[in-house]
Amino acid sequence: MNYIEDINKFIIENFLFGDENDLENDASLLENGIIDSTGVLELISFLEETYDITIEDDEMIPDNLDSMDNINNFLKKKLSD
Amino acid sequence: MCGIIGICHINGPGKISLDTLNKMTAVLRHRGADESGIYIDNHIGLGHARLSIIDLTSGTQPIHNEDKTLWIVFNGEIFNYPELRKQLLNDGHHFYTTTDTEVVLHLYERDGLKCLNLLNGQFAFAIWDSSKKQLFLARDRMGICPLHYTIQNGYIYFASEIKSLFMEKKIHREINPIALDQIFTFWAPLPNVTAFKNINELEPGQFLQIDEDNINIKEYWHFPIPPRNEHIDPSPEELTEELTHLLSDAVRIRLIADVTVGSYLSGGLDSSGITALIAKQFNHDVQSFGIRFEESDFDESPYQKQLASFLNVNHKELAISNDDIAYHFSEILWHSEKPILRTAPVPLFLLSKHVSENGLKVILTGEGADEIFGGYNIFKETLIRKFWARKPENQNRADLITRIYPNIFKNPLLKKSLIKFFAQGLDKADDPLFSHLIRWNNTKRIKTFFSDDLKKEIGEYDCIEEIRQLIPDHFDTCSSLTKAQYLESTIFLSNYLLSSQGDRVAMAHGVETRPPFLDHRIIEFMARVPSVWKILGLNEKHILKKVFKGILPKNIIDRPKNPYRAPIQQSLLASHNSEFIKDMLGETEIQKTGYFNTKKVTALIKKLNAKKNINEVEGMAIAGILSTQIIDYQYIKNFPLTPDSPFKPNIMIDRRSGNNGLFAGNQ
Repeated sequence: MNYIEDINKFIIENFLFGDENDLENDASLLENGIIDSTGVLELISFLEETYDITIEDDEMIPDNLDSMDNINNFLKKKLSD
Repeated sequence: MCGIIGICHINGPGKISLDTLNKMTAVLRHRGADESGIYIDNHIGLGHARLSIIDLTSGTQPIHNEDKTLWIVFNGEIFNYPELRKQLLNDGHHFYTTTDTEVVLHLYERDGLKCLNLLNGQFAFAIWDSSKKQLFLARDRMGICPLHYTIQNGYIYFASEIKSLFMEKKIHREINPIALDQIFTFWAPLPNVTAFKNINELEPGQFLQIDEDNINIKEYWHFPIPPRNEHIDPSPEELTEELTHLLSDAVRIRLIADVTVGSYLSGGLDSSGITALIAKQFNHDVQSFGIRFEESDFDESPYQKQLASFLNVNHKELAISNDDIAYHFSEILWHSEKPILRTAPVPLFLLSKHVSENGLKVILTGEGADEIFGGYNIFKETLIRKFWARKPENQNRADLITRIYPNIFKNPLLKKSLIKFFAQGLDKADDPLFSHLIRWNNTKRIKTFFSDDLKKEIGEYDCIEEIRQLIPDHFDTCSSLTKAQYLESTIFLSNYLLSSQGDRVAMAHGVETRPPFLDHRIIEFMARVPSVWKILGLNEKHILKKVFKGILPKNIIDRPKNPYRAPIQQSLLASHNSEFIKDMLGETEIQKTGYFNTKKVTALIKKLNAKKNINEVEGMAIAGILSTQIIDYQYIKNFPLTPDSPFKPNIMIDRRSGNNGLFAGNQ
């Protein structure tokens, strides 16, 4: 299962206001100014609601959330647990 | 303060329209409703709307010298005019008023443009030398008083506010895309730039001299950043003593007026210190004014109450609701004359109305202390990030950043991503703009809402690159704090705080604000004080706190700095808002003005309406978009070319050939 498309769609709608972009899957969302700290919270709510998961405090780290690849890998791991 | 205007034909005699002069003056009457005056000859017309503060009976402007060769219209105050007047009297000059304005005129007569170096004050003025046919315009060092101009078709038009210039039909009104680019990055346009194409603003500390042969625009003062070998090295005790003396004198001379002077009291260190100095040293019964916010997150009124009772001053507070902010948002844009990314000017607009209703027209404020004494978080942030940049992997260094933003770090979930945010640019710690790039890069994300047309007009222009060209030569040799102070003072302070949030919203109700911390003696002194006395460790405004130690309660001195803010989303997007705001943000209007991408703006509003809390950037975006739309509505599409009520100046001096009566009109 690959979640990249869903994540990409969410990011475009919610943070880029419909702006189709050529954002690379491994690009940092924070460093590229796509999301800021409150954006991280929105992202977390989106993931929790869409995939019916609970993200623990210690999972909320850039390694899990700061690029589409990272989110994808994190989701894969999380959903296979 | 007052409002000044003028039209000058640059090459010899020209046709000056009296009707236009009247209209230009009339539209500034909010700046000075007490009196007005017009001067006209074959070369120039001058207009003045007066807010009478010194010499209430005989100070009507324009004012002339002994032989009526020099004429002045003046906005502002010269605080050291009594000393200057004495010197001029000794030199044989004769005065027919007791105003500071007349002192400036005679000083110019004696010293020419060098007179500017002798003035301690806040001002913008125009002097017409009718024998040399030369016009001289000047603006105070920090840009407390505004002065705009445009040179078109052989004429120079100037005025305190842009709306005056637009009373001349021939002056084209068009939004300046470069200004939008700058505002949507720095929160303010850069010096000399206004929201409108071909309309300039004389920069702080500049003068303009114009005659048939020359247009000469020069700087007589620049925000000081002296090289380190010019720094002083006093003991903290000596420093405190000197500053106590300087501040006390800065307050003393700002209390000179023939009307009652009050103060703003926010509950923070700066305005509390100023109010305490007034109450303890000069006027026990001073009236202070403060804002109480409906939204508790923004409210500081409990501190104001504590201070008022501690100092035993007569404090009046004004309650501000979210609806008030929405309701008056478009009104303040008529005054600010530029888009804003904040709503914070609105409460100050209402506060000046409250002051005026209480019969006062002069207020001392705490503005400028944060810039001069090192109060802002961005300064501490810069010092920490600089320290952290030397060992980017060191977690303890990274953690320091959480100490200056306890509020935004209060959600432990966000710590890692926030730290990552502040880590941006650590690899470029030597960049001269290191302190501010992180903020500017964050703000400029809202340029994503610009339409393709607007982006095309802006083209390759890069406003951050322009700043690199503007910074002084020896900038690199300055300390990190000095560099950050310089950027903050010359961009944000002069072009936003003193303008949209200062002069404009105060003068909207004929209230003059005087910031003692911006006395140039204090600025120049503090520029030579080593950074360590400004921020000691992570203690901001260290030396200022020492100065106020004896006169303020300990908890006011020790309380963490709380920036002055006002709600955005809760006010501008309230469901019961006026149809006007909804229209301005609606698809039809967004499409019509063409500045923004309709699809994206609609998506943003939908998102904001659905969410409980919005982030900083989205808040700035909505304020910026709405204010640009409203400025377009007010100044481009629906600008009223006729003032709303009839105007007749109190004095009218007509020196056009064929008119030998000096004082025609209804004087």
